[in-house]
Amino acid sequence: MSELNAFRTEVREWMAGHLTGKFAALKYRGGSGEGDALPELRKEWERELAAGRWTCPGWPAEHGGRGLSVAEQVAFQEEYSRAGGPGRMGHIGEGLMGPTLIAFGTEEQKKRFLPGIRSGTEFWAQGYSEPSAGSDFGNIKTRAKLDPETGDWIVSGQKVWTSLAHLSDWIFVVARCEEGSVGRNGLIFLLMPLDQPGVDIHPIKQIGGGAEFNSVFFDDARAKADDVLGQPGDGWKIAMALLGFERGISTLGQQMSFQQELDLIVEVSKENGSDRSPAIRQRVAYAWTGLRAMRYLAMRVLSDDQSAETRREALTYKYQWSNWHRDLGRLAMDVLKMDANIVADDPRRERLQQMFLFARADTIYGGTNEIQLNIIAEQGLGMPREPRGKL
Amino acid sequence: MLEFTPDQQMIREEAQRFLREQSSSEAIRRVVDTGASHDAVLWNSISRELGWCAMAIPEEFGGLGLGATEVAILMELTGARLACVPFWSTVCLAAPLLQSAGSEEAKVRYLGAIAAGEMAVTVAYADLSVADPAATVAVKAIRAGGGYRLAGKVAQVIDFEVADVVLVPAGLEDGTTALFALTRDSGQVVTPLKVLDATRSVAALELTLEVSAESRIDDAGVSAEQFQRALTFANLGLAAEQLGAAQGALDVTLAYIAERVQFGRTIASFQAIKHRCAKLVVDVAETRSLVFGAAQGVGTSGAVESALEIAGARVLASDLQFRAAEEAIQLHGGVGFTWEYDPHLYFKRAQASAALLGAREAQLDRIAASVFADGGLK
Repeated sequence: MSELNAFRTEVREWMAGHLTGKFAALKYRGGSGEGDALPELRKEWERELAAGRWTCPGWPAEHGGRGLSVAEQVAFQEEYSRAGGPGRMGHIGEGLMGPTLIAFGTEEQKKRFLPGIRSGTEFWAQGYSEPSAGSDFGNIKTRAKLDPETGDWIVSGQKVWTSLAHLSDWIFVVARCEEGSVGRNGLIFLLMPLDQPGVDIHPIKQIGGGAEFNSVFFDDARAKADDVLGQPGDGWKIAMALLGFERGISTLGQQMSFQQELDLIVEVSKENGSDRSPAIRQRVAYAWTGLRAMRYLAMRVLSDDQSAETRREALTYKYQWSNWHRDLGRLAMDVLKMDANIVADDPRRERLQQMFLFARADTIYGGTNEIQLNIIAEQGLGMPREPRGKL
Repeated sequence: MLEFTPDQQMIREEAQRFLREQSSSEAIRRVVDTGASHDAVLWNSISRELGWCAMAIPEEFGGLGLGATEVAILMELTGARLACVPFWSTVCLAAPLLQSAGSEEAKVRYLGAIAAGEMAVTVAYADLSVADPAATVAVKAIRAGGGYRLAGKVAQVIDFEVADVVLVPAGLEDGTTALFALTRDSGQVVTPLKVLDATRSVAALELTLEVSAESRIDDAGVSAEQFQRALTFANLGLAAEQLGAAQGALDVTLAYIAERVQFGRTIASFQAIKHRCAKLVVDVAETRSLVFGAAQGVGTSGAVESALEIAGARVLASDLQFRAAEEAIQLHGGVGFTWEYDPHLYFKRAQASAALLGAREAQLDRIAASVFADGGLK
């Protein structure tokens, strides 16, 4: 325990020494609804983190990480958030692409791509969703055709909801590589540079006014023969493994930012007198309760307990936090009362307003509420699967 | 991280298997339909043979010296099977009060007997419906001769009919509170009450009697803090029991809807029904996490925070238990409204339990007081 405390102190001191000067402007920024805020400074921050060896600390040492234990990674995430560490531009590379490369990449691919992720110089976007394939992942229509001369893959189609694609260097794309294949079969996992002819990126202005999502259009864009991850046809398997990496350590860091939002709500309510309302007080207490429960659920999920019960309850995590957060947004606005409607320069109010608006997306991305409930019912409770239609 | 130790896992699995067999629907109905105060055979097994009552009692008093987590595990499982035994009252309500407020002599005597499974004990709090049931005085104690004269009425005492000993907080003339232990033959009047939730008996207590000085078992008055420490444990046990009862109601429902066929399909295949069950799983996961997360903090340096988490756990558990029970009725359809099927047993227990030790508003007020205090609660 004391070793872990020493580690926490190390993180805290590093953050205090580095999230300062020009980087002080990044404190608490780049969270819910402003994932595209201050991009250049945040990219610079990623390099600062890298210089301190704080990017990819959970990766094995042989791949340039620190090989931290789960408890240490959690401690890092918590201290990072506690210090006001900004939203991570490198999240997709560090949390998703890196582990997937480590698991499925060739030695050469690892050598080519891992250093850029680790050093905060190459940023990745995720090309999964399509207009007609959100949670219906098997309905992917983006096509990849083999160019027999070069062995490259020629890609055409559209990806959507691509976070930070306009600020990224590379994208991983799941595409259909076998003519006439359906569902999970015939998919390929491609690594593609975004800066090339045939790739068109259109930011999607979202409900809060920002644009961290994009539509990415591929019109005979090219993925090099060397940039196929796994074998053609492995796309589904790799994509599912990657989604598995998504549920992990970062959840506890996310909770620290939820705690900051809750603290802000309490602070604002004391200032404007909302705290005199018994109903508001009860809702705040209820939100606190939910957050504590969320913390312990995350800790159970991250523990070694592999009982059927824990596996079943792990499936509920996404549903729980996203709905909790959506309710928190409503609570924040009720605390602000009529000021909730006024867009002002007050950074605290702006943060709460953005959170309120962006939280509407929490219950949609990464599998909607409805999909989550299907997963819990089918995988968790073993209830009959939804019938699949054929249109 | 948060997980059960192998020993805790073993306790859990064995208790689950035991209760599934011994607290079956038929066994519960033998109690409910005959108006019995409890299932005497089951209680004998739990207390004497399995030693569950010894679990959290310190070794120096003959217990196993285990902690809040083990008790919460057992409370969850007795809740799941609506076990008709005075386990909560003895282990979660009375034993912690004896431990926090009893004299050394009283601890040796009563905790020892509880640990040995020889004694069911309950507490006659003035008003069990509030978060601080010791704050009200229902029984007065006046020094008389070498002992005390006790007088007063307590409207509802849980498991009173089964209890070998009832602990009675009583107000002294100087405004302090003393604790008395009365055995069955002390002369108190016990009036069994007809209860909606017939899985747990309730009786009224009436006292006009003189007792010896030895009946008083506290050292020098019981402080509010001592009561609260005991009540934290009672709340944890209750939250765990409520969680278990919710899981029990869900289990009964899942079994039913997997068999029930309409329109040529089991009704479990309909999304409208799957989603309702899945939502219950979400709330079960949330509640279970908070119950066992909070249990870890009982009696540690984080005990104050843990007590607030337990208050939160009561809120989640009360909401969950009621919803699981009402969904059980709804998803059973017509038969859910009948006496023959089990949902009504869970439904009545849900209502009765939610009313104990401070309803959700009172628990949330306690949390809010800390969250909004200067310095706050993170």
